[in-house]
Amino acid sequence: MWSDEVHRELVAARVRLVGYVPDAGHKRLIELCQADKGMRAVPLTTEEEGIGLAAGAWLGGMRSVLLMQSSGVGNLVNVLGMVKVCRFPLVVIVTMRGEPGEFNPWQVPMGEATARVLETMGVAVRQAGEAQTVAPHVRAALRIAFQAQGAEAVLVAQKVIGIKSFQEQANQ
Amino acid sequence: MKERKKLLVVAGLGSTSWDITAAGDSDLSFPTWGAMGQAAMIGLGLAMAQPQRRVLVITGDGEMLMGLGSLATIGVQQPKNLALVVIDNERYGETGMQATHTAHGVDLAAVAAACGFKDSRLIRKSAELNDFYHAIRAGVGPLFAAIKVIDEKLPLVLPPHDGVLLKERFRKALLGKSADVLPEES
Repeated sequence: MWSDEVHRELVAARVRLVGYVPDAGHKRLIELCQADKGMRAVPLTTEEEGIGLAAGAWLGGMRSVLLMQSSGVGNLVNVLGMVKVCRFPLVVIVTMRGEPGEFNPWQVPMGEATARVLETMGVAVRQAGEAQTVAPHVRAALRIAFQAQGAEAVLVAQKVIGIKSFQEQANQ
Repeated sequence: MKERKKLLVVAGLGSTSWDITAAGDSDLSFPTWGAMGQAAMIGLGLAMAQPQRRVLVITGDGEMLMGLGSLATIGVQQPKNLALVVIDNERYGETGMQATHTAHGVDLAAVAAACGFKDSRLIRKSAELNDFYHAIRAGVGPLFAAIKVIDEKLPLVLPPHDGVLLKERFRKALLGKSADVLPEES
């Protein structure tokens, strides 16, 4: 499963801190990170807290990633200014909402704008449209972030997550 | 400054960034010029990465109010080595001295206590400061203090603007050679 592959990439890249705002699509990856004794998984009240967390961790010599859903990307906009002006390394793994298969129309506007918002604020966007492409994109993002202090986002397509209704989500 | 020793310091944008610079600029200070609301979270990330070092976040009431949720996030993590100080003049000092929520009675120390900070104080008298200085260096965190100050305008002492410089000098001073970002075998 893509979540297991991504977790292995995080371990290989010596990521020790994982900030997250939950999404159903991230359920397994969050659980893998929580269960990993070499990692600290930090629940956030809003996504922008993850930018401060990642910046502070890097100042202290620790590698981190952030997990969120696409609606949370809207909460990052201003604080991404710090990432750009200080050239902090950043890896954000975003599960997409508002794409074909979405049952909630209120998710659509931010889903449609997610890639453009990230790019506008200087974050490179990698589109993982298939389950087998998620881990390779994450591996590349980790390398650029931690070896060249780049800001990278991997967008995991909604069809990879495959959630269609609250009922199905509740049954996961 | 002499008493600061090995303390790692993060400052919120505005007056508290000028304050830590006026007290003596240091490579182990990270003053911010933006990212309003994130000073406490930068402190948390730093405290988690450096559990053997003491981390002090100094910020203003307006900056803290914008990141109120971070008090809950810190309360969950319980970093023993983190102290958070709000210099509370009840004003947005950089934008025309408009009243903040604390001017209307919002009690940040009570919020921090409710979020699980081990030691949370509202300090109104300078005589109470010495005991808090000791707690910053030796107490079990997370610690919080809202220090009420008068809203005066003092000469500004500005830190460097360059974010890359601020980041790199901090990492170099803290991490030495391992601060260098080098390619790895893959």
